[in-house]
Amino acid sequence: MNSRRSPLVVAMLIFGFAFLYLPILSMVIYSFNASRLVTVWDSVHSPTLAWYVELFGNEEILEAARLSLRVAAVSATGAVMLATLAAFALVRYRRFRGRSLFGLLTTAPMVLPEVITGLSLLLLFVSLSQWIGWPAARGASTITIAHVTFCLAYAVVVIEARLLTVDRSLEEAAMDLGARPWKVFLVITLPLILPAIASAWLLSFILSWDDIVITSFVSGPGSTTLPQLVFSKVRLGVSPDINALATLLVGLVSVCVAAAGAVMMRSERRRLRDMQLAMGVH
Amino acid sequence: MGAGIAGGGVAVNRASGSRLWSEVRAWFGRRSVIGIPYAWLLIFFLVPFLIVLKISFSNVVLAMPPVEPLLTWGHDQVLSIRISLSNYAFVLQDRLYMAAFANSLKVAAISTGIALVIGYPMAYGIARAGGAWRNILFLLVSLPFFTSFLLRVYAWIGLLGRGGPVNAVLLHLGIVKEPIQLLQTDFAVYLGMVYSYLPFMVLPLYSAIEKLDLTLLEAAADLGCRPMRSFFAITLPLTREGILAGCLLVFIPAVGEYVIPALLGGPDTLMIGRVVWDEFFANRDWPAASALAVILLLILSVFVLLLRRVQSQGEEAA
Repeated sequence: MNSRRSPLVVAMLIFGFAFLYLPILSMVIYSFNASRLVTVWDSVHSPTLAWYVELFGNEEILEAARLSLRVAAVSATGAVMLATLAAFALVRYRRFRGRSLFGLLTTAPMVLPEVITGLSLLLLFVSLSQWIGWPAARGASTITIAHVTFCLAYAVVVIEARLLTVDRSLEEAAMDLGARPWKVFLVITLPLILPAIASAWLLSFILSWDDIVITSFVSGPGSTTLPQLVFSKVRLGVSPDINALATLLVGLVSVCVAAAGAVMMRSERRRLRDMQLAMGVH
Repeated sequence: MGAGIAGGGVAVNRASGSRLWSEVRAWFGRRSVIGIPYAWLLIFFLVPFLIVLKISFSNVVLAMPPVEPLLTWGHDQVLSIRISLSNYAFVLQDRLYMAAFANSLKVAAISTGIALVIGYPMAYGIARAGGAWRNILFLLVSLPFFTSFLLRVYAWIGLLGRGGPVNAVLLHLGIVKEPIQLLQTDFAVYLGMVYSYLPFMVLPLYSAIEKLDLTLLEAAADLGCRPMRSFFAITLPLTREGILAGCLLVFIPAVGEYVIPALLGGPDTLMIGRVVWDEFFANRDWPAASALAVILLLILSVFVLLLRRVQSQGEEAA
């Protein structure tokens, strides 16, 4: 089966990847287009970096990007800290009261429509401000709380999967030698699950950075995140500086993912080599 | 089990006072490991739903917030509760809302079907590709997952416009005489859905096909089974769980989708996510929006439970 690669499958692969990547490629190409009419190629003045210059001169966009970065960094950190505790509770404490509800609550935010999550969080914030006077106004803090809540679910899945593979005898050995639970966690468990914590943080960061629907429900008049700004611009039609923004973001993400992939492949190769050495096969 | 990670051996050789102390600490440690995330999820996830449920039973008033309280103190200091089912009656009798629900399910189902037809051969090709190619293709499928959803939908606005590349190609090939309306149509919504959710379909399919035992196919070939027939008799049934998981992972978010119909759909593209949004932001009818959200949640919970069953079966098999 391996040697005979069906031309139909190859054709579908090419079609599928073209479908996934041509739209992204078109944004990249048109970001260098001089014409203000996005879809008309101005061959006289193109390629140009004018839209990139305009992008970095646009204080509104820079302000929104700064807010999005701050919210994403804080949300990802908060979500990962809560998720580590939650994953620990789910993996290490097999039985406690309310465990099944807890399991449901940690996974539900992943499958719910964002419209429902956003609506319910806004209604919570409105009710809270009536009952206890907080939050007085909606803005960065309410957006961050909302993002922590939905990122938490994804982070738990990633960390839980890793925690399940950790060899408990290492922790038990440390405890038998007199280490306190906290010290066991910091010295033994944390280093073992650190890769999962890092990828959970990255995933949460990206989810928060990109969110539009939940953010629109819980944000206030003074706080506009980058996706909100993009969404309001895009609703009015295509604008070339958004192409430039998209190109920068896609480029950044591609570099990060390619780097992560290269690291993964190299460690895989090293692991294979070590295994071959260990088994005496050269 | 009771003392959790504090374990037995720690305090054995110490005075009983310090043992008690360490047990108290372990108790608090365990309590806070469970309690802190639990409390967060209760406050910011469960309670909000109860509020949605509550508001779906109340009436609209012209105030901020624009809803009538359920519990009120009467003139004679009697606490009275008023539950109004009128929102549900209103929503369930209105043809517009029912059409929105039906259309959301239809759009999600058709998009899921198209994504499966495109995604299965892709997943198959990736799973059967050799060494380095497989890793590269796998990364390429997951890459769109990390790039902005909003910007990927936006890309289609440029492509599908009247003066855009798609119309240019159609004109050039002589398929159409003049530019046709592609944006703000149902076609654009289907395209956007399939495009955005295709990676969700390919990834579970890939892991199901990769696990497939190739010797079964070799045995079938040795016994004279043609590739097409062995595909339908062996490969497809054995990757059933991956198919179901992929379909649900596309279908569930597609039903409640807001961004794609808002950006690519026309004014008459009715989808329930968009209706909830408009009911809330444009009409300021919070009770109706809440009632719609509750109904949507009930519909989706059927599929979510199905997904959980498929996933736990997959874990047991592995």
